[in-house]
Amino acid sequence: MSMVIDAPRIVTTKPLLVVRGVSKTYGKVVALHDVAVTAYPGEVLGIVGESGSGKSTLLRMMNLEETPEFGSYTLDLPDLRGNLFNLDRFARRMLCATRIGIVYQNPHLGLLMTHSSSGNVAERLLIAGERSFATLRAKATDALDASEFPLDRLDAPPIELSGGMQQRVQLAKAIALEPALLLLDEPTTGLDVSVQALVLDTLKRLQQGRQITMVVVSHDLGVIRTLADRVMVMRSGRVVEEGLVDQIFQDPQHAYTQQLVHAKL
Amino acid sequence: MSLKSLTKPWQSMSYGFLDPSAKRELRRKMLKSVAVPGCQMPYASREVPMARGWGTGALQVSLTLLNPQMCVKVIDQGADDSVNAASIRRFLARVSGAPTTLDTLEAHLIQSRHRIPEEFLREDQILVLQVPNPEPLRSVQPNMSIARQMHADADYGRMWLQLYEQIVRSGRIMQGASYPSMVNGRHVMTPSPIPRWDVPKLNMSKHLTILSAGREKRIFAVPPYTRVEPLVFDDVPYQVEDHGALTCKRSGAKGFFMNEIPQDDGTSAFEVSDSEYGVKSIRQRDGEAVNLGGTWYKHGEMPK
Repeated sequence: MSMVIDAPRIVTTKPLLVVRGVSKTYGKVVALHDVAVTAYPGEVLGIVGESGSGKSTLLRMMNLEETPEFGSYTLDLPDLRGNLFNLDRFARRMLCATRIGIVYQNPHLGLLMTHSSSGNVAERLLIAGERSFATLRAKATDALDASEFPLDRLDAPPIELSGGMQQRVQLAKAIALEPALLLLDEPTTGLDVSVQALVLDTLKRLQQGRQITMVVVSHDLGVIRTLADRVMVMRSGRVVEEGLVDQIFQDPQHAYTQQLVHAKL
Repeated sequence: MSLKSLTKPWQSMSYGFLDPSAKRELRRKMLKSVAVPGCQMPYASREVPMARGWGTGALQVSLTLLNPQMCVKVIDQGADDSVNAASIRRFLARVSGAPTTLDTLEAHLIQSRHRIPEEFLREDQILVLQVPNPEPLRSVQPNMSIARQMHADADYGRMWLQLYEQIVRSGRIMQGASYPSMVNGRHVMTPSPIPRWDVPKLNMSKHLTILSAGREKRIFAVPPYTRVEPLVFDDVPYQVEDHGALTCKRSGAKGFFMNEIPQDDGTSAFEVSDSEYGVKSIRQRDGEAVNLGGTWYKHGEMPK
């Protein structure tokens, strides 16, 4: 009797997200140089690096907010072919609204601060064409519930909410349309440690429940260690090291990564 | 051939107050706006002897369209006899020699602020509305460059967000005037501050409506027989003001848009807002032979 071993999933699964050869300069400053990113379905990819290493620029590009000078970006989704950087404004907007969710470090970037929280979530659904008030209300409530937002504050404007709650509204907005890709830009920076832990908990549960592919950008190694499966280390616009989280954190190879891991208090 | 033989002799005043090049530009922009219903066309708003914000946009359109055979009616909040309406009407007549009227049925050109007359308008009539704020997206997108992109992309999701917010906060849609409406299934326009009552009158109407904002320098139009649909949720129907059951204290007319007049004892009396319709109703009641036209609303309801 012979035993058949399936090939590991990483060999058989096609990556969801492929970014290749992305370069971007702002004047003389090189923000990104020949960066490649690959993320597989259901995986959490962490990107770490110091301030100014280009990690946020990379994330904004994955959300199609910026276009690089060189490089390509593909998402393995039905009816989506070719380099996404070449999409027109209209197609970009639809793609960003329906297939990609983003949580910014600064909630002011992602939320309408004086509209109601449920309205902020409903906006996504409205862009996608939902026109029934009852459905909007129900779906917005569901999404806020899934991101563990207290439902008695459903219609409070984000400006009246605490930082942790604002992040939850952003998260609910991002997952309202069940996106294929969730981008998190320093989702817990600026929150105190206990709230940080609660938000990370929510993210972890969401990821396990829904199998969303996530890309988490953070300078906090703790956040990456808690959430990510794989990690990319960036410095001055380049990827210096890439690998499984345990591998990178236990046995860093690159001098900068060693420094980064040891610098952790 | 000399250049002089091709040009008209110099005059100290041009017909209809505006100079010919201004009128030519306005005509071109009107044609454009009729060609793309509901789309805002920029134009160079000229100086007229009136302050910006008092109807200078509509006045320029009226001055361009007028000729000595056209009968003019000017309405301000439904009334023909308010100071603003009376002085615009007198100015139009003085610079164009056009006859004036108060009767909706006799008018060829109706310049109006805040109301559409209760009687049907015909194919040969033009309604010119004064618009203070032509941009329906202003409340949801303060950046006008982005607002123009949103119009180009027909990206109107946020207009519904505004309605969503009103229902969440107040239990119903609070937008009273300037109710955002989709024209010809493509462009969302603000129909100037006419009440919700008047918006359905624009849908598939026989007359041409031109909306002009002088201060904001934008012109847009609803051509005859064009769909105008107020933005609504699938499960929250559009509602007009509940004036259907009110009776006018002076004329006895019932089922029209009313002005509320507070009384000494704390109650309210009501008067038909379309003043000339009220006057005609009174004349008819008193036995005069008046020509009372058909109305959009019948027994306080708009027939489907």
